[in-house]
Amino acid sequence: MVVKVYGQIKAANPQRVLLCFLEKDIEFEVIHVDLDKLEQKKPQHLLRQPFGQVPAIEDGYLKLFESRAIARYYATKYADQGTDLLGKTLEERAIVDQWVEVENNYFYAVALPLVMNVVFKPKSGKPCDVALVEELKVKFDKVLDVYENRLATNRYLGGDEFTLADLSHMPGMRYIMNETSLSGLVTSRENLNRWWNEISARPAWKKLMELAAY
Amino acid sequence: MAMKVYGDEMSASVARVLLCLHEKNTEFELVPVNLFACHHKLPSFLSMNPFGQVPALQDDDLTLFESRAITAYIAEKHRDKGTDLTRHENSKEAAIVKLWSEVEAHHFNPAIFAVIHQLIVVPLQGESPDAAIVEKNLEKLGKVLDVYEERLGKTKYLAGDTYTLADLHHVPYTYYFMKTSHAGLINDRPNVKAWWEDLCSRPAFLKVSPGLTVTPTTN
Repeated sequence: MVVKVYGQIKAANPQRVLLCFLEKDIEFEVIHVDLDKLEQKKPQHLLRQPFGQVPAIEDGYLKLFESRAIARYYATKYADQGTDLLGKTLEERAIVDQWVEVENNYFYAVALPLVMNVVFKPKSGKPCDVALVEELKVKFDKVLDVYENRLATNRYLGGDEFTLADLSHMPGMRYIMNETSLSGLVTSRENLNRWWNEISARPAWKKLMELAAY
Repeated sequence: MAMKVYGDEMSASVARVLLCLHEKNTEFELVPVNLFACHHKLPSFLSMNPFGQVPALQDDDLTLFESRAITAYIAEKHRDKGTDLTRHENSKEAAIVKLWSEVEAHHFNPAIFAVIHQLIVVPLQGESPDAAIVEKNLEKLGKVLDVYEERLGKTKYLAGDTYTLADLHHVPYTYYFMKTSHAGLINDRPNVKAWWEDLCSRPAFLKVSPGLTVTPTTN
């Protein structure tokens, strides 16, 4: 059965789910939710996602929201199909979990307000909070130092293999690299740069970029 | 060998892990880290958590940080004893537990943390709370709790009929929040209030709450 994904292919959080599906060869159908028209805040979508955000999925009678929970469910359900995104042993999976938490608590927590101010506010004619952006850049720099160190001794964030820990970062990383002037924070760090070049060369990512048609 | 948890009982993130260990009846050793003396920023601690925050966990040769990754690990390792915190036997139910755990992390925690930070941490640093930040985040938290009120009208706990990590992760910061003058956000919502009172009646909570000793200012 084809999984229905409610969202937009260009939006970061749905991309986390779509990328998981592409890595795992899981069939899906994107049902477009028009974020510019605030369709995600309308009653019909609120039934799927009570916080008024994307993505949400429907798979038979299973309904889920929260992209990282969705990705984890499918990575577990199809553990033996496509890329293994979880890790094999309990300990490996705990390390993957740890870096997915880091992505949420440190990377996304800083990258989201940065991208909101530097990319989205100008598009909608709102003023960018310049002081906040400067403060966030300093924080982001310190966070990336930790990543640089981690990737000096590990090929991927979770260890030797590409997992959800790396995948979770990719939609946000794309914004940073392609739509802000902050890509230098990554390219100036040897290991981080190596990691991003390697993971963004993956066939699943390239397929997602094709579908998104930026 | 018993697991070692590095941290201080008054830290909400540490309490998250301790609650999980007690629910699972798992032996552990709490190794104190003096937060006021900034021992969590020393190289010896940074080698366990490069972000310099508590808790960290050591279990034989595994070192972990991030409280929610730690609770997931403990819940999985000891899946066959104590409280079933993950509904691991049914993959769809397990997904719903993960979903509401994500809701706590993305929607609930940022708002409640911002309020607690202003009302408890900022005064400890000798500054005054920023009333605008408190007000903005109380509003956000209210909207999240509206969603919870509706959800808890249909299910006893967030992920279904049984207590899971999705509920547990909320406990420490909510406990601190209830000490502030804004407890009405919980008490004025009957389903949320009943849920909270249930969480406070659990034996694991009664073991951990005495350690949550910091008090807010009266704002």
